[in-house]
Amino acid sequence: MIRYLAKRLLSLTLSLIAASLVIFAVIEVIPGDPAAFMLGLNARPEAVEALRDQMGLNDPLFLRYLSWVGGLLTGDFGTSWTYKTPVAELVSDRIWVSLPLAVYALILSTLVAFPAGILAAARRGGLGDVSIMGATQLGVAIPNFWFAMILVLVFAINLRWFPSGGFPGWDDPLAALKSLTLPAIALALPQAAILARVMRSSLLDMLSEDFIRTARAKGLSRRQALWRHAVRNALIPVLTIIGLQFAFLLAGGIIIEQVFFLPGLGRLIFQSISARDLIVVESVVMLLVFTVIVVNFTVDLAYALVDPRLRSRG
Amino acid sequence: MTHFSKLLGASVLALSAGMATAQTDITVAIQLEPPNLDPTGGAAQAIDSVLYTNVFEGLTRFMADGSVVPGLAESWDISEDGLTYTFHLREGVTFHDGTTMDAEDVKFSLDRARAEDSTNAQKGLFTDIAEVTVIDPQTVEVKLAQQNGNFLFNMAWGDAVIVAPESIDTIASNPVGTGAFAFADWVQGDRIELTRNPDYWGTAPALDSATFRFISDPTAAFAAVMAEDVDAFVGFPAPENLPQFEADPRFQVLIGNTEGETILSINNKQEPFDNPQVREAIAHAIDRDALIDGAMFGYGTPIGTHFAPHNPDYVDLLDNSPYDPDRARALLAEAGYGDGFSTTLKLPPPSYARRGGEIIAAQLRDIGIDAEISNLEWAQWIEEVFTNKDFDLSIVSHTEPMDIGVYANPDYYFQYDNPDFQDLMDTLNATTDPATRSDLLAQAQTMIAKDYVNGYLFQLSVPTVAKAGLTGLWVDQPTAAVDLTGVAWSE
Repeated sequence: MIRYLAKRLLSLTLSLIAASLVIFAVIEVIPGDPAAFMLGLNARPEAVEALRDQMGLNDPLFLRYLSWVGGLLTGDFGTSWTYKTPVAELVSDRIWVSLPLAVYALILSTLVAFPAGILAAARRGGLGDVSIMGATQLGVAIPNFWFAMILVLVFAINLRWFPSGGFPGWDDPLAALKSLTLPAIALALPQAAILARVMRSSLLDMLSEDFIRTARAKGLSRRQALWRHAVRNALIPVLTIIGLQFAFLLAGGIIIEQVFFLPGLGRLIFQSISARDLIVVESVVMLLVFTVIVVNFTVDLAYALVDPRLRSRG
Repeated sequence: MTHFSKLLGASVLALSAGMATAQTDITVAIQLEPPNLDPTGGAAQAIDSVLYTNVFEGLTRFMADGSVVPGLAESWDISEDGLTYTFHLREGVTFHDGTTMDAEDVKFSLDRARAEDSTNAQKGLFTDIAEVTVIDPQTVEVKLAQQNGNFLFNMAWGDAVIVAPESIDTIASNPVGTGAFAFADWVQGDRIELTRNPDYWGTAPALDSATFRFISDPTAAFAAVMAEDVDAFVGFPAPENLPQFEADPRFQVLIGNTEGETILSINNKQEPFDNPQVREAIAHAIDRDALIDGAMFGYGTPIGTHFAPHNPDYVDLLDNSPYDPDRARALLAEAGYGDGFSTTLKLPPPSYARRGGEIIAAQLRDIGIDAEISNLEWAQWIEEVFTNKDFDLSIVSHTEPMDIGVYANPDYYFQYDNPDFQDLMDTLNATTDPATRSDLLAQAQTMIAKDYVNGYLFQLSVPTVAKAGLTGLWVDQPTAAVDLTGVAWSE
């Protein structure tokens, strides 16, 4: 177990270092001078130069990388050039929109996908299976921003059950949840569809395994074998997908956050890229990479818990 | 009287009071969120949209019709030679933090904007100032190095507002001004809240509080207005939906002018565009009506020069460059490009450029010019096109008020270098007599039109969609501003 952990930790660290280099390099080579952008079309060259100095843009690239990474290690994410507030503050405001939204969407998608996947596997080839698979096909195919617009049209404009967008803050938890509901549904739909399909195929794989035949031979009914033995084993690939989906939901809500004008991380990145607020983009992307790597690490640990063989094998 | 009837009486009172008072708050949506709240340190229009005249005021100010009227300066005297302006400040003006606004603050603000290390995006407004002197707390004297007929106009800009040394360090996140509304809260990414300033020196506004929201996605904008989640949307980004709002009695649609001359900018130093005949050919290749219909859903006023049509000094020069593809082809042939040529068209993100670019490219193809479109982000556009002048053609709206002066700068990105025009602008700047100025401006407009410096397309309009009962919103946008001081709900 220790060796398994150590190996995972080493790969985690190497991935982080590689990611920081790639992120910094890619973002610094994007054309567009942040200072010139901030000052617009009538700016005097000397005003732009003064601002570049203030922003530290005239320092050598290598030094800027070191000071950025050094800052990250001590928990200092730098100060946004355009917002002129610490990046950590910007992120901590936004994370309380993006994180609950991702969790909300994940809960919704799991609540739909698990029963649907299990039902489809249990009734393989039956009417239930065919209709569930048809529905998931549709769920994967529908673009989520379009689905979001339909939700807005029906539930915000016509029925007025939910606001069309925006986020009132957590002071009023009910209003906050209400404003996250439509975006969460829009995000959850394709995830639920994918998850249900994975759940079904993983279960079907398990049902043809030897140990299920043994269990059946011991006298368990097909349903009992499915619930007691197959579902647990089928969870490994499903967990992997959930881990990936969570990372995607956290960072990938950009479009949904635009449609519902939610002040989340995706929108922060989007705004910062167009304003060339490089320090924000770099730090937030790095933070997301960190999150993804940690989530994957946790999923690896979860495998080890679900599957004891992994622990001993290392 | 029993408790019950007292209660009943009280609730009837409360009910009728509630019915008699009109709504006193407002939620206004604009497309972009201000990056910070310092109007003196960035070019982003969104900063002025939220703060101009609401939170910050200058010595003079723009009114809805573009006129310049006294602001924090009640009146002023101009010396005979036009070089000394003595401003008399209003009495009893305080900043939102309670400190007094006096001549020292004016000196501080102007000196800060023109300082060597100033990062003011419109530093050019202040370059003629030679010295700012405090005479007494209510009087400040500004000496100019040379005459400047635009000086009072310049002082009305959002970049020239009066700030206080006491609160300058945190201006980007906590702006403290003298306006009718005080900054209350900014939930970054979501909204900015303003509340009424009880100590305002001028007429108290009808609104108690205001919330600005930021919605750039056209579909989301439509949904937010339709669901009545916002009371007004200034600069509504989905012109295709305007007829629907016009037909709906719950809403009013206001189509206003902006200071945005939208032009097909041409790199005048780049071959073959250094040949005036080629530029003239391009001018005749453009069908403005088709462009306005196709790209702007019919909203926009054709222009024949770089000047706002609603300005009293505007000269109609549309006849100088009518749509005439045959003449355009003939001119190209005369210039030695009978077989046409290939070029590039670099487009910034706004829809007028992206949609307009497709149409312009098709119109140019019609006379044999094959323009390859490349779409750029703003930051990229500013670096490549604006700073490095690495472009052939581009489409952009020049939104600063009265910006014909940029044609006098040979290093400006389209690189028009005409000494006659530069002399003309020098004369204009040194002239304060309105009639002479008007005449000089007419000459300037004609000169750039006859030189076919750029393709002059249309004046950008700004659509505002608001709830029916809302009054006092600016229709036109003489400067980027959502002035709420005169806005009220009618019954």
